[in-house]
Amino acid sequence: MKRTNEPILWSLFGAGGVLSALLGPILIFITGIIAPVGLWMPPEAVGYPRVLALAQSWCGKAALLLVISLFLWHAMHRIYHSLHDLGIHAGTGAAAACYGFALVATLATAWLLLIIGF
Amino acid sequence: MSARKPYIRPMDGWWRRNPFFMRYMVREASAVFLAIYAVILLVGVFRLSQGEAAYGAWLAALTGPLAIVFHWAALLAVCYHAYTWWKVMPKTMPMLHVGGRRIPEVALSAVGWAATLGLSVVVYALARWW
Repeated sequence: MKRTNEPILWSLFGAGGVLSALLGPILIFITGIIAPVGLWMPPEAVGYPRVLALAQSWCGKAALLLVISLFLWHAMHRIYHSLHDLGIHAGTGAAAACYGFALVATLATAWLLLIIGF
Repeated sequence: MSARKPYIRPMDGWWRRNPFFMRYMVREASAVFLAIYAVILLVGVFRLSQGEAAYGAWLAALTGPLAIVFHWAALLAVCYHAYTWWKVMPKTMPMLHVGGRRIPEVALSAVGWAATLGLSVVVYALARWW
């Protein structure tokens, strides 16, 4: 049988699925809905000093990297397989574009978190 | 080759023919919202690395009408993803038995839904008061 990398991609899809099922709704609610307008969340809570401190701590870096990268690995895997459902016969190019995007975003996030420092 | 033109059933819009397929496609579409949200966070990390003014501009951009509409839509979509994720979970794992009886699937799903609710409260409390 030909070896495939599907188990790795499915694991990332699964991990991202669990993480986004657990934290997706509350994160979108906080960062996208209440924090920007300062409703039920004081402005200091998402102010520069606090978010910078988060991104400079090991725990914060790990959390940001896991959330951004696993959400994307999950989403791009689903989008890739949905292309078939929409009648688009996706080949190697579409796979490279979908998973490549997730990979580049993961590396970019890691790089930025490194630049932000400790 | 012969000039036969075999009938091929058109499949355009197949998922609109049945509510089950509709729900399936809505669930799959939630991934698009999740991907865009992750990119917004990634841009946020990028702006954070550029300094206070850039980060402030990113935060201010999130108050725009398009951003607000997007985040409400994304919230609905990802809530639906969370609902379906835990609903399907029992079918993807070995059956669990307690005292010779199989634990019903809905009980296992309920653990997932409760975990999402519980963690949401914890994350909100940490973000606001910690």
